[in-house]
Amino acid sequence: MNFIYDLHRTMMSQKLILVYQGDFTQESTKSILSMAERNLDSSGEESSIKRKVFNVMVEALQNIVKHSDELVDGQIRSHAAIFLIGKEANRYSIMSGNPVQKTNVPKLKKNLEQINGLDKDGLKELYKEIIKNTTISDKGGAGLGFVDMARKSGGKLEFEFPEMNADYCFFCLKVNVPRDNE
Amino acid sequence: MEILNLEGTEDTPKIILDKKNGIFEISGRSLPEDSAEFYRPVLEWIEAYGGESNPSTDFVFKLEYFNTASSKLILDVLSALEDIKGMKILWYFHEDDEDMEEAGQEFSELVEIPFEFKTY
Repeated sequence: MNFIYDLHRTMMSQKLILVYQGDFTQESTKSILSMAERNLDSSGEESSIKRKVFNVMVEALQNIVKHSDELVDGQIRSHAAIFLIGKEANRYSIMSGNPVQKTNVPKLKKNLEQINGLDKDGLKELYKEIIKNTTISDKGGAGLGFVDMARKSGGKLEFEFPEMNADYCFFCLKVNVPRDNE
Repeated sequence: MEILNLEGTEDTPKIILDKKNGIFEISGRSLPEDSAEFYRPVLEWIEAYGGESNPSTDFVFKLEYFNTASSKLILDVLSALEDIKGMKILWYFHEDDEDMEEAGQEFSELVEIPFEFKTY
């Protein structure tokens, strides 16, 4: 059972304060949010930072609920995704990982790269542009999640797409929220 | 007109739309699973109200948090309010919540309704 200790040590060394793996639904989203909120409250975190972390968490979690692709590998069908929060001296990191079909990767990458190419004002303009013209998709999204996360973070969205198999990549996203409030 | 009264939950806002008593308020948290579905009765109520509105209406937004899918629906609500005479938006934000203040400012740039900003 060494893996338990290994996992514990990884969480400690990576400064993870919350890890959830499994099925993501609106119900699990609410539970994860209230757990994280309690954690932030008990640590006495500043309310403006708490709000930003909460904000990024909601978008990251609802992205998984709405967009994570079901992994089909032979007999195995899985919705499993992962969500993590890290806390370092100078920042929180909100991280997620979920399977996406390879065919969806280029569009996702292009979207993220466009957002990372914009400064504060550019992001504000893009946000207003999208909100004016968007309609809520069948999946219930407005197409604003990444833009909002970038605005709340004030930094770049970090992402990678390691390959899972011939058809899927694992979309890893990391959004940092600074703790030193300017 | 019927009163629209929705109790707030951990992921949906409290909503009171009461023509007779002049109370029009959306407050709390908004991150419903299906934002379009959640706001549908609100939009329908406003559409009906538009046909028989009070001489003036102060519509209060006192939101603690809303997700991006809700922000689109909030814009839809504001757009529906835009055509009603005597409409004014009272946008409340917590005094140290710059993001909520900025969100209100952005909405005010997207619709032609007077906004008044207030802290709580």
